Amino acid sequence: MSTELYDDGPVVHQPTFIDGTSVEIPELRILRQNGTTYPKADLPDIDQVLATKIYQTLAFHRVLDERMVASQRQGRLSFYMTALGEEATSVGGAAALEPQDMIMMQYREQGTLMFRDFSIENFMNQMFSNADDLGKGRQMPIHYGSKELNCMTVSSTLATQIPQAAGYAYGQKLQGLDAVTLCYFGEGAASEGDFHAGLNMAAVQEAPVIFFCRNNGYAISTPSDEQFKGNGIASRGVGYGMKTIRIDGNDILAVLKATQVARAYAIKESKPVLIEAMSYRLGGHSTSDDPSGYRTKEEEAKWQSHDPVIRMKNWMLQQNWWDEVKETALFEKYREEVLAAVKVAEKIDKPHIDTMITDVYDVPTAQLKAQLDEVKAHVNKYPEAYPFTAGKF
Amino acid sequence: MAQINLLQAINSALDIAMTENERTVCFGEDVGQFGGVFRATSGLQEKYGKARCFNSPLVEQGIIGFANGLAAQGTVAIAEIQFADYIFPAFDQIVNEAAKFRYRTGNEFNVGKLTIRSPYGGGIAGGLYHSQSPEAYFAHTPGLKVVIPRNPYQAKGLLLASIRDDNPVIFFEPKRLYRASVGEVPDEDYQLPLGKAEVVQTGTDITLLAWGAQMEIIEKAAKIASNDGISCEIVDLRTILPWDIETISNSVMKTGRLLISQEAPLTAGFASEIAATIQSECFLNLESPIARVCGLDTPYPLALEKEYVSDYLKVYEAIKKTVNF
Repeated sequence: MSTELYDDGPVVHQPTFIDGTSVEIPELRILRQNGTTYPKADLPDIDQVLATKIYQTLAFHRVLDERMVASQRQGRLSFYMTALGEEATSVGGAAALEPQDMIMMQYREQGTLMFRDFSIENFMNQMFSNADDLGKGRQMPIHYGSKELNCMTVSSTLATQIPQAAGYAYGQKLQGLDAVTLCYFGEGAASEGDFHAGLNMAAVQEAPVIFFCRNNGYAISTPSDEQFKGNGIASRGVGYGMKTIRIDGNDILAVLKATQVARAYAIKESKPVLIEAMSYRLGGHSTSDDPSGYRTKEEEAKWQSHDPVIRMKNWMLQQNWWDEVKETALFEKYREEVLAAVKVAEKIDKPHIDTMITDVYDVPTAQLKAQLDEVKAHVNKYPEAYPFTAGKF
Repeated sequence: MAQINLLQAINSALDIAMTENERTVCFGEDVGQFGGVFRATSGLQEKYGKARCFNSPLVEQGIIGFANGLAAQGTVAIAEIQFADYIFPAFDQIVNEAAKFRYRTGNEFNVGKLTIRSPYGGGIAGGLYHSQSPEAYFAHTPGLKVVIPRNPYQAKGLLLASIRDDNPVIFFEPKRLYRASVGEVPDEDYQLPLGKAEVVQTGTDITLLAWGAQMEIIEKAAKIASNDGISCEIVDLRTILPWDIETISNSVMKTGRLLISQEAPLTAGFASEIAATIQSECFLNLESPIARVCGLDTPYPLALEKEYVSDYLKVYEAIKKTVNF
């Protein structure tokens, strides 16, 4: 039964080895940097309303990243991660989905939440770990999530979301829902065992999941040519028996088109798809990182000339859907909103001390209650050492 | 009420869980048509279809990752790890993901619908890699529940409770007892409480505490000790995490002595945690040091298994030593 799988290829009688070059992987490009589209390119399903929403989301992303890095430098925020240069991968992916589709982020896909209208207050409350954070101040900044918006909360552990996405999508399929799961990860995370486990299980169980790899060239300081030797991540999708496409990740129309087609395929065939989006992490890995230690200014400048946000703006200008007056006003509005939101969020109290023991289990155990009581008595004894909670319970 | 073995009791619980909720799935290596290497899932694929009871590829981290996703989505996910010795590739998905899912998301999401079943323990000539008792690794992880039954009746009631509990549960099954332990088990649905130990036999001189397959060892030792006039109180912990401090404390306050026996190695085993807590809770009631009768701090041997295990004779000797301290 199973050996028939291998009867497709030609039979040879001399040792004949193959390598990655045997499979040519085309790369989908629709939009040029100057804002014109390639002749005969298949455009995605997009109108002025959607295009404007996507562009505004990209603009907000730029502003939020810029302001939050500044806040971190001023010492107001402990940590931040930008997605500078690869915003099209998250915003375009989310824009191709329906609201009922689950999105599982790695950590550099805050653009998906922005597209789904996660409020600026929610972003700030999470980053400042305050009492109004949906995550109750338990995870480092940028670990967002929202049940209401079908965006799974970010986990620092790399690639764990990949087999989870396969399972989540399989559950959607069992229920007969018109829904898929979109799972993001980087080319570095694709070295983890969970990547291989997740893709194989999704393929074997035929789960309607879209695996979306942001190949941004670096895993912290490690360049992709020290991460793997094969033909990118796309070649692995073929190995797992999965429909696979490589796209220009800085081309918002290519991201949108590929994800739209992938979603339709995943729903219709109830099978997984792999998208490898080629991009570049223009910023540092995080605010704790300094890329000048491992790459050149020339390399960064080259990729700045492929900026995905400017590329979309150029296209919007060509469509007569955008102009410089709107541009200036929008960026100014977002900068003011972000600044105001920072000022509010940083003044909100830290979470109540009782939240230390909630959500470990559905109901706190007797042991946890006893441990909390001990801590409270201790805080009351030395209130000056615990200013966030002393006198507040 | 029928006389069935522990495997049949597990199978009966899974059958009930799959009947009551069509969003319940069972999967793992060889779990499908074959019914698992021990046959715990026998007949389930035939009855409920391949979509709900299926083979997984040979990848433990994938099994639990997939199960986490299913449970987060609202599906009741019952994942089998073929041997507890092979659970470690899934350690990250269990310890960093399943256990922390509700906490780290602020209860936006949870995997309460996850149950991991896995045969554990020695006594089957399985050597290093088919004999381990890894409960202590998971007992060190807030957010998990860890449950171990001692006989068929307990297995069915505790497994049904584990599946329905709104927290991720690891359910370790004593594989030595799969066919060896036979007892009366109701055909119908019932549950036994999680987080509650059970006093199996009352006594006055010493409390003997164990779980899973080790229960019949301490029961046998208690019987011999009774010939010496020693009255043993026997307690089955049943749930390792979160554990029932109250029942154990009450017993020790009465008897003044505690012996804990586990299959796993001595150092940093769960018996050590119990000993630390009970000496703190019952310090003034204790007549002698708390005894731990455990495996040696070595990998689980094959040819020398008899010498390695905490058998009834070792427990019997420890009872006498503790009572005569």
